[in-house]
Amino acid sequence: MSLKTILKVEDLTKYFVVGRSLFNSGEVVKAVDGVSFSLMQGETLSLVGESGCGKSTTGRLVLRLIPPTRGTVIYQGQDIAKLPADKMRKLRSDMQIIFQDPWSSLNPRMTVKEIIGEGLRRQPELSRAQRKKMVLEMMETVGLRPEHYDRHPHEFSGGQRQRLGVARALIMRPKLVVADEPLSALDVSVQAQVVNLLARLKRDLGLSYLFISHDLAIVEHISDRIAVMYLGKLMELASKRQLFAQPRHPYTQALFSAAPTTEVGREKNRIILSGDVPSPLNPPKGCRFHTRCPLAQEDCGQLEPEFKLLAPGHWVACHHPLND
Amino acid sequence: MESLLSIENLEVSFHTSQGVAQAVCGVSYDIGRGEVLGVVGESGSGKSVTALSVLRLVPYPGRISAGRINYEGRDLLKVPEKQMRKVRGDRISMIFQEPMISLNPAFTIENQLTEALHNHRKMSQKEARERAIEMLALVDIPDPAKRIKDYPHHLSGGMRQRVMIAEALLLDPDVLLADEPTTALDVTVQAQVLDLMHRLNERIGTAIMLITHNLGVVAESARRVVVMYCGRVVEQGPVKEIFEEARHPYTQGLLKSIPKPGGRGKLFEMEGIVPSLFELPQGCPFNPRCPQRRPECAQSAPPWREVQPGHHALCWLYA
Repeated sequence: MSLKTILKVEDLTKYFVVGRSLFNSGEVVKAVDGVSFSLMQGETLSLVGESGCGKSTTGRLVLRLIPPTRGTVIYQGQDIAKLPADKMRKLRSDMQIIFQDPWSSLNPRMTVKEIIGEGLRRQPELSRAQRKKMVLEMMETVGLRPEHYDRHPHEFSGGQRQRLGVARALIMRPKLVVADEPLSALDVSVQAQVVNLLARLKRDLGLSYLFISHDLAIVEHISDRIAVMYLGKLMELASKRQLFAQPRHPYTQALFSAAPTTEVGREKNRIILSGDVPSPLNPPKGCRFHTRCPLAQEDCGQLEPEFKLLAPGHWVACHHPLND
Repeated sequence: MESLLSIENLEVSFHTSQGVAQAVCGVSYDIGRGEVLGVVGESGSGKSVTALSVLRLVPYPGRISAGRINYEGRDLLKVPEKQMRKVRGDRISMIFQEPMISLNPAFTIENQLTEALHNHRKMSQKEARERAIEMLALVDIPDPAKRIKDYPHHLSGGMRQRVMIAEALLLDPDVLLADEPTTALDVTVQAQVLDLMHRLNERIGTAIMLITHNLGVVAESARRVVVMYCGRVVEQGPVKEIFEEARHPYTQGLLKSIPKPGGRGKLFEMEGIVPSLFELPQGCPFNPRCPQRRPECAQSAPPWREVQPGHHALCWLYA
């Protein structure tokens, strides 16, 4: 892995105002609250966390699909929030997204050639024949057959549709791909096919992935580094090996222990957290996890912990990290 | 273990404009008193339709065309609808994947929980409310006397699923059919709900049929597993044997496709895709994808054989 940074995210923040009306100023949902990380070229960084933790919003902010409330996204040295619209449009082909749901993310009235080739229409220098050739090549790359060229999405299975979504993203020759839960709508046997496809394409095309997922087994399989999010904040960020061998944040530990595995009869020290994830409308004071943390102490409810470096490459936001 | 509910040669077909889809094809398995049975399979394998058939709730245009559901010396497929209503929710109850759809948004939790107690047990409102509060406490709803006045939208996903479990267990049923009960939940909440179901199974002795596509959930919760593919049970046995020494090539492939802890590199991929129920292959429905295919596999249906005591597979390899 080269050590060139492709993406640098600093203090990224997104507040949504909900319930605003003429008479009501509404409430603020702190969906993403001061997230910082960087992504190296050729790396897979996974964002894991439970629903509502802000991982998908982070993915959309990175691509400037929604504007941030605060913070910067620096892509290959350029602050994308400051780019004028025409430059941003050029950059868009460099940064692509694969969505979770292969049913709702494909236009049912478009054919395969239109879905995959749509982005290429922004490149007027390409002739129709060249476009067709590129679409067919990309279809082959992702494992779709040439006879699928004129078909509509409803004629495909879930796994094939997800391949269509991958082809649509990759035909623009992106350098950065945000994959937002690309596997969660798929059956187990199909997941394996798509995981292998993503891994092969990363190797062949030198892609960098921001992989958003809640499935820890898959995350462990495909990531280089992993960031754990909870209620809009990063709790821990480390290499896969560090994180699985020795999680330092109690939330990471609980999350990992809660994931069911297929090893029968192995005694596990499962940590069962009490309660549900609190609402991001009104996150707890101090450390956001302290209301459910089995190791919470008095200061946890008062002071928000800093996201600090505990070991080389291992960042944790906790007043009392594990194994300290 | 004493058999409590047994499904025998169940056949369910869906008659659609595209033709007839055989969603369940000769399925037989039973569940013992107080047992936790895992039923796994991918989408379209017929696992949910089988459970719905037990309660005779198969949605239109589905039809149960053959088979028996033996429960307490009767065939549930033959009892009159009026008696069936006494079985549903009372002796056999069911919970579904999406608790927001299963709870009525226009009624309070109290309304929904006490309805069954009025109808099935003729309880007064006061008695029913007390029983409902007791049940909510049992499923770890904090401050149940207050929460019972809430509407479903006041509750989080995990709480709603717990209310569903409370509702399903109100009448102390013999069997709980749980169809993907934790699929819509986050991992930490899933762990809570599975832990709760376990404790209730041990305490009340309700048998649980846990239907899921998540092999990890089954490995950790069930004692016995039924594996389904294309409307058929392809393997059945003790959970440890299935996960460590699966015999059917489909089960083997499924287990190999899951990423392992500490694993890297290429994942095992099963060849091909699940066939459409409208055009199932001849012989064994898995044969076009099977790495151990033999000539007879494409010709006639495979036999159901015991490969170890209490462990069966539907495969020509063990003929």
